Amino acid sequence: MSLKALELGKANLEEFSATMIELAEKDSKILAVTSDSRGSGKLVSYAEKLPEQIVEVGIAEQNLVGVAAGLASTGKSVFAVSPACFLATRSLEQIKNDVAYSNYPVSLIGISAGVSYGALGTTHHSLHDIAALRAMHNMQIVIPADNFETREVITYAAQSEKPIFIKFGKKNMPHLPRVNKKFEIGKASVICEGSDVAFIACGETVAPAYEAARLLEEKGISAEVVSMHTISPLDEAAILKLASKCKAIITVEEHSVHGGLGEACAAVLLQNQAIVPFKIVGIPDEDTVPGSQGEIFDYYGISGEGLTKTALNLLK
Amino acid sequence: MKRFSDIELMLKSVHYRKALLKYIKIAKAGHTGGSLSSTDILNVLYNDVLNVSPENFGDPNRDRYVQSKGHSVESLYVVLADKGFYPESDLETLCRFKSKYVGHPTRKVNGIEFNTGGLGHGLPISAGIALAGKKDKAPYKVFTLLGDGELAEGSNWEGAMMAAHYKLDNLTAILDHNSLQITGRNRDVCSPYPIDKKFEAFGWKVVIVDGNNIPELRKVLNATPAEEGKPTLVIANTVKGKGVSYMEDVKKWHHGVPSDEEYKQAIAELDSQEAELKKQLETVNS
Repeated sequence: MSLKALELGKANLEEFSATMIELAEKDSKILAVTSDSRGSGKLVSYAEKLPEQIVEVGIAEQNLVGVAAGLASTGKSVFAVSPACFLATRSLEQIKNDVAYSNYPVSLIGISAGVSYGALGTTHHSLHDIAALRAMHNMQIVIPADNFETREVITYAAQSEKPIFIKFGKKNMPHLPRVNKKFEIGKASVICEGSDVAFIACGETVAPAYEAARLLEEKGISAEVVSMHTISPLDEAAILKLASKCKAIITVEEHSVHGGLGEACAAVLLQNQAIVPFKIVGIPDEDTVPGSQGEIFDYYGISGEGLTKTALNLLK
Repeated sequence: MKRFSDIELMLKSVHYRKALLKYIKIAKAGHTGGSLSSTDILNVLYNDVLNVSPENFGDPNRDRYVQSKGHSVESLYVVLADKGFYPESDLETLCRFKSKYVGHPTRKVNGIEFNTGGLGHGLPISAGIALAGKKDKAPYKVFTLLGDGELAEGSNWEGAMMAAHYKLDNLTAILDHNSLQITGRNRDVCSPYPIDKKFEAFGWKVVIVDGNNIPELRKVLNATPAEEGKPTLVIANTVKGKGVSYMEDVKKWHHGVPSDEEYKQAIAELDSQEAELKKQLETVNS
């Protein structure tokens, strides 16, 4: 089998917005709450079509999350939409107490996540949120890789009875192939199967991992790529299966190498005595280089070529 | 809801004060001063204002109460017990290992709407509930209790601005204005004053009341919104440690636990207040 080049879809942000309109038109309980972020969240046409189903709180992220929790407590299906860089930072205590600890099902939507706003500098990067939110009980964390996963997770979130944090970027994403077409929260999606090296990636790093699998295939190396869209609850069985199936595991994420997907996988492996050559690829603990998302990805090896190199080194 | 006379409610306040001191004494922990200052407010809310009971707690149209100053949880716990949400004796486990009656409100305790304790959370949450009420044209009202030291949290002002913007006149914030916080006087720590003018400038209607005066509280809290189209702030001027002479207006009782001797004195003082009120009640009834 040879891995095919991918067809480009739209931005996950656009898919989010289209899904929101479809869902909210059918369910008046759905509300989007924004912090002067309807433009960044591509919710302008949502707001025009469904003016009664959007709540604007202005640039006030603490209030955004508190209000969202209050609304959710009355039975509304609430999506609090804000740039990820502010959402899990400015309103972290509201997320912890009003949403996670109080256990009201707010959907926290971090837009332009990771280094989507790369050139705007560290104030606008969101590279800490998995670390911060993974440590909160009751919080589901999902980072969709493509339009399909985005639509699935937003549809799930609208009826979820537990809090959920979802983040994505604003760049057009390729449509990824899938071994199993079913999307399930807490279950990794196998993008392509392989036996030499496994890439466990999430969000917008799944596409470069797939690209690396294609490049490795040309070198006769078989790579499995998994979209670990759900970080909490983590699919431990899938991680352990990869450890027994492949000779090496590489995790890939648009997040600090501290406290993210990579360390979560490492903990699962170590605690199950599953010792394989292992590498975490993400944003290192340094002053993040400024640039476009693509430039930053290339710089830190989150690219087809970079990940190919990492795989070859690990398999040596 | 049973209609209590002023004296009956005053007697309830004495009972609540004795009870909360008892459980703080057993637990060897608690926020004594603020629980005592807010007792009369909670008494009037739950016994004269809020359409909330164990029977209707699942009703979407029930009134809502969110305690933003979560640390004064002991007064809330004793009032909810008296309302029948759980037996008062449950509070013997206050702050004990594995007890659900922890030192700040949690939804594990029957009758509590939100887990609070971090300051500056109640107003945004309550604004959200009030907004949902407006959207649904629901009849319920939303009340939240703020501390005065808590006003330094910026999220209050985010919530205040937004509540006025959406004309949430189904929302009332009550300020337990005992003027003391853990470090000292509010005005010395980081002055919140003028509180009334600040809220008025934010678009709220402000009402000032003696927050330890049952008849006044009944009048004000049953007359919300104080102005149609605006959220109401009730500045309830209270005394921290109210009801126990040596605790009144003394900052160390913020979370002080009385010694055996102090506890005896406190109960004796409250017993004598109770006896006096009972006498008054007999006179009225005779």
